[in-house]
Amino acid sequence: MAVIDPSAGTVFPTPGAQNYLPSQPAAGDLTDALLATDWWTDELVASAGIPIVDVPFVSVGGGIGSFVTADYLRIGGVDTSQIRILSALDHPWETYEYLTRVSQIPRGERLRSDSASRPDNIWGFPSYAVSEAWRSKNPATLWQVLVEPTFADFYTPKAGFVFEQIEREAKRIRYDEMLAKGLVRVVRRRAGGGYFTILTPPDGATATKRLAFRSQYVHLAVGYPGLRFLPDLQAYRTEHNDYQHVVNAYESHEHVYERLMTTPSTVLVRGGGIVASRVLQRLMDDRLLRGAQTTIVHLFRTFIDGPNDGTGSSTPHPFMKRKGADGWAYQGFNYPKSVWGGQLKAEMRKLEGAERAAKYKVMGGTNTPYRRYWQQQMNQGRQEGWYQLAIGTVDSMTPHHGRILNQLKTAQGVYPLEVDFVIDCTGLEADIAEHRLLKDLLDHGGAGRNPVGRLDVDRNFELKGTVSGNGVLYASGSSTLGGYFPGVDTFLGLQVAAQEIQADLAKRGFGKRIGTVRSTSQWLKWFSGKQI
Amino acid sequence: MLPTLNGRIQTRIFMLVVLGGLITLLITPVLPGDPGYSMTYTVLATVLVLGVGWELAYHGLMQWRWEKDWPTLFGLLNAINEGLLVWVLLELGVVPGLDSGVPLSTFLVMFLVIWVFIWIWTNGPMRIFNIRWRFFGGRLV
Repeated sequence: MAVIDPSAGTVFPTPGAQNYLPSQPAAGDLTDALLATDWWTDELVASAGIPIVDVPFVSVGGGIGSFVTADYLRIGGVDTSQIRILSALDHPWETYEYLTRVSQIPRGERLRSDSASRPDNIWGFPSYAVSEAWRSKNPATLWQVLVEPTFADFYTPKAGFVFEQIEREAKRIRYDEMLAKGLVRVVRRRAGGGYFTILTPPDGATATKRLAFRSQYVHLAVGYPGLRFLPDLQAYRTEHNDYQHVVNAYESHEHVYERLMTTPSTVLVRGGGIVASRVLQRLMDDRLLRGAQTTIVHLFRTFIDGPNDGTGSSTPHPFMKRKGADGWAYQGFNYPKSVWGGQLKAEMRKLEGAERAAKYKVMGGTNTPYRRYWQQQMNQGRQEGWYQLAIGTVDSMTPHHGRILNQLKTAQGVYPLEVDFVIDCTGLEADIAEHRLLKDLLDHGGAGRNPVGRLDVDRNFELKGTVSGNGVLYASGSSTLGGYFPGVDTFLGLQVAAQEIQADLAKRGFGKRIGTVRSTSQWLKWFSGKQI
Repeated sequence: MLPTLNGRIQTRIFMLVVLGGLITLLITPVLPGDPGYSMTYTVLATVLVLGVGWELAYHGLMQWRWEKDWPTLFGLLNAINEGLLVWVLLELGVVPGLDSGVPLSTFLVMFLVIWVFIWIWTNGPMRIFNIRWRFFGGRLV
């Protein structure tokens, strides 16, 4: 059961958090001496009564990042006994599915992800489009992937298919044998090399409150440090104790759509990215296909109506010019496609400091894919007057006869706008220091920040400054955004990182190099579904 | 996932030499017009040399695209412009090492078989054999 503390700064739920927070003092807990010490000795840990578990490789997180890294290592010949995945999640896709489901991509809908980005298949072959065509005995997806993006929208896989395939691969690599349930708040360097990772297992699962995993290698893939509300929305919710009418797209808000089906209402949607697109599609589908009488007011802070780039320039360089119209910046995927292997990946790999931050800025900015279906819906909504645009910010929000009175601050002045619901689709991400484990690494583990403020990793995804004797600490995913490789917070990005990490570990003697022979023989096993 | 200029040139040379060379070896005896190996391998070499120049042109065009990509379909349709140029040069007789003219049917069948085979191979099965290739801009070395 996912829980969200309504007063918390993040909307991101911790699954079963109540089970991991025993309030009674118990044996084998962290001591002040431990918490104050940057380098731990075996004796110091033992004296706190915390049992030590030896395993060479530990991955913290247990989401897609841990999964693809473990997948690479298993394909590289590492036995399950050599790997432990420390996680509060039962399944690697759990958090991802939560986020996609509430942001209106349930299993039957399509993600925003390329056909060859397969977390369950390190080769990306056959791609999702090929598999879907084979499964459905319908070549339509093959045709789409052939003519995309010129003559059709980019092919993207259905969320449910992605999760099913990850489940299949998890069974194949015996993921469950590697999983150790619990929360991790501390990773410290060990005097003599390697690391201690402190796990808090579910209450009652172990005799002691904590377990210490002593490992040569640690991998962190803890996902988003947190997802925040817009500060003005958070203030309204807390002040007026109203968590029903003002919601974030990343929290469960099905009750809003249910109300809209029964009562003609006005909804204010804030944000201009993929989540706003998905929420709009849900609102418009409900109106056009199921008879809801919803009026949508869509508030853009930045209104894009032509060529653009991430710096907000309306006259971008001819070589860095993104399409845009009607408020949106259009881009097929989270990043320009060539960050996952092409020109932009090669360029970024050479950049440092301010130059790298500037490059991130140019290719960044909120954007969403151009999909023909959404364009039709929006056009119809504009023509019939039930989809209205506004440009600006919200000055204040007050309750007003059961509705919410917004004062919209626009270039033409301040206007009142009364709505029944507000859906925040801005997707603000919290600072990495709001994640306890990452903060501890910044304070005590030697980790530092990169030019855009996240964890500073090297080209092999080693967390700079954290080396401990013969041990290495790696990090991948969203918390490392801003490094030599952009696109870390995507399926393919996690696989790029996993490939670098696996290759680095193989050089150090942990697992085997995946050359042509191993790659081919392992692919054949993948294809036939043979468990490894 | 998408190649760099360097990777595209490397992949093209590798594919035409290895796969193209093998296919030419196998199909030359059954091609229409009864060509000899010296003729078909000369045509293959011409496609390869001109191809490197084409890559430079595509790279220039790609700069105008935000994604810096070259859609899969383009890779297939490039057979038209590249094939035409090779054919024109063959007709003009400026390709060195050819004693006689190349029949159109010989050229068409050979060129298209090799093109389609390499296009399919690079868009899929190639990844089975080299897991680093797709993330490193299509570079092989």
